[in-house]
Amino acid sequence: MPVEVKGEQDVRSFVRTLVKEQGSEKAELIPILHQINHEMGYISDEAIQELSERMQIPASHIFSVATFYRMLSTEPRGRHVIQFCESAPCHVAGGRQVWQSLQKELGLTNGETSADEKWTLITTSCLGVCGIGPVVIVDHDIYGNVTPDQVPTLLKNYD
Amino acid sequence: MKAIRSMVLVSGDQESMKHGALEVFIAIQQQLAVFGLAEEITVSMVNDISKPGLDPLVLVYPDAVIYGGVTPDDVPFLVEEHLYKGRVVEEKRVSPYDLTGRIAWLSARKGTLPAENRIVLKNVGLIDPENIDDYILSEGYEALGKVLREMTPEETIAEIKASGLRGRGGAGFPTGLKWQFVSGAKGDKKYVICNADESEPGTFKDRLVLEGDPHAIIEAMMIGAYSVGADEGFVYIRGEYRLAISRMQKAIEQAEAYGLLGDHIFGTDFSFKLHVHAGAGAYICGEETALIESIEGNRGEPRPRPPYPTTSGLWKKPTLVNNVETLANIPAIIRNGAAWYKAIGTPSSPGTKVYTILGNVNVTGLIEVPMGITLREVVSIYGKGMKNGSSFKLAQTGGSSGSIIPASLQDTPMDFDSFAKAGVSLGSGALLICNEEVCVVDLAKVLLNFFRFESCGKCNPCRIGNSRSYEVLSNIAEGVGTEQDLKDLQMMADQLYQLSNCGLGQTAGSPLRDILAHFRAEVEAHIKLKVCPAGVCSMSGHRVYQID
Repeated sequence: MPVEVKGEQDVRSFVRTLVKEQGSEKAELIPILHQINHEMGYISDEAIQELSERMQIPASHIFSVATFYRMLSTEPRGRHVIQFCESAPCHVAGGRQVWQSLQKELGLTNGETSADEKWTLITTSCLGVCGIGPVVIVDHDIYGNVTPDQVPTLLKNYD
Repeated sequence: MKAIRSMVLVSGDQESMKHGALEVFIAIQQQLAVFGLAEEITVSMVNDISKPGLDPLVLVYPDAVIYGGVTPDDVPFLVEEHLYKGRVVEEKRVSPYDLTGRIAWLSARKGTLPAENRIVLKNVGLIDPENIDDYILSEGYEALGKVLREMTPEETIAEIKASGLRGRGGAGFPTGLKWQFVSGAKGDKKYVICNADESEPGTFKDRLVLEGDPHAIIEAMMIGAYSVGADEGFVYIRGEYRLAISRMQKAIEQAEAYGLLGDHIFGTDFSFKLHVHAGAGAYICGEETALIESIEGNRGEPRPRPPYPTTSGLWKKPTLVNNVETLANIPAIIRNGAAWYKAIGTPSSPGTKVYTILGNVNVTGLIEVPMGITLREVVSIYGKGMKNGSSFKLAQTGGSSGSIIPASLQDTPMDFDSFAKAGVSLGSGALLICNEEVCVVDLAKVLLNFFRFESCGKCNPCRIGNSRSYEVLSNIAEGVGTEQDLKDLQMMADQLYQLSNCGLGQTAGSPLRDILAHFRAEVEAHIKLKVCPAGVCSMSGHRVYQID
């Protein structure tokens, strides 16, 4: 769960600590980006610049890596990220109706963050829990066999 | 589940229904309950078998006996004689002269029913995956001890080769041969990688192995490392599998604490260090060269091949990359011998396969059965029949790069070679079973949407081809498709296959190829008649003008 977005100095010292702990080998780049994303909710420009200086890797490379992977975000996200699986097994099991219900309930569409910064709604590829499709994941909580009318209740669990 | 010893199929097409097939089906279920056989014999209705004048048909497996013109009154006697006492009722049997066409084929499929046979999933759900002692008590690390003390690397590779084990990631490459290539590659440093970036839609077999039996993977990787001369390894687990990552980390710590990982293992010269690398969300990293790029800290873009990872992989060193399910077979093969393994499954594809059964069946889940089982058996026995009595339309195997398998191939044995001969692919082991309510255009659209989203963007055929195919399919689904679209789809499917850089791009076009080959009439109905036969597509772009 993302913590309060830190001030620029905090971000830079946080990144420095991570690099000191894990080393500046290029192979550590993705694990470090994972941790930044986890702690801050996204990977900010300052974080990329600091990482570039500490690891001696061009910022362009770090940015290209951070934007390549689905689990990393270079944009701020809401307090809760809702992932909806749009792959075939969930689709066949009635996923389309759940997706419509989610969009209607939140007033958001794919990739949008709500004005109060509470929710971010994204679609995702298969999450490997197909036995219980359709699947919705809120932060790290997995909900299976979701029906369209369960969506409002499901969202009430979060504040 | 109790062991299933028999399977009964009742023809359920329109003609059979007119002649009382449903009543026969219900009567069989009731009689099985009377004799207490309901747990060990499955009954299903199937819609693609019939024989004019002989409907309804009742087929009994594994005997492959076909009864014709069965009435509900015949059922008590049939069940008692054949299924309870084991005597074939000759009077109701279809005459050999009538065994033509489809039912001739079915009557030839005589044999034992595939019972679940757990090698890969042997410990899953039975031991505590977070306790190394549990694993050791169930023959754990025995194979490693045997290899390190009693076998040379060459003997180990020879054993794996003799077992006939083929890669379970989808391609089916012989595992022993791959080991031999890495073993023969020149280099002072070599790596072993376990590919656990399971991202094919519908596939979660590797997750359950990692979550349920992580030490089996560690043991197998060490046997592989010893055989090829590697001393360091990575388990690349997709980032979404949080539980699998934490269990694997814990397993590594425990193995290190017991001296099973580290230096001079079992007092020999063999040393091994193992790391877990969590993916960050990219389907393409299941491609081995993209996976290697990702470990090195780059975008997961596949490299041109050759050179193959066997000679130039991680940090340009020879690297052995194996799938989780492949590795999970290794300790059992070493413990029990290649001959034991070779006797399971089919001659060209020995062993078992783990399948995930999904979609419109009554029971979804995970099974491990010998290679060579048919789709009909999977649906009837393990899926407990189609949901709500609907009929089987197609199955999608192996996630998005698998094939769309029409009903006519339901009786093809599922192994690498039989499927290749039929022009389809076994893929990664997902079986998405679809009934007649699923529209092939809509399904292909979902699959192409996946590829459009997951294409790494490095090469044009994949980046542009998938996006364009998705647009064309969307047009067809909205009722504004043209006949030129059919030609374009075929062309794009061919170009994806011929021109893409990596295996994932090459297989991305297979849903297109399959729907055009097996379901062309349904696609054409969308284009020419502006109708979606399954009633799924909106056809919203097509306006119907009415004159009052």
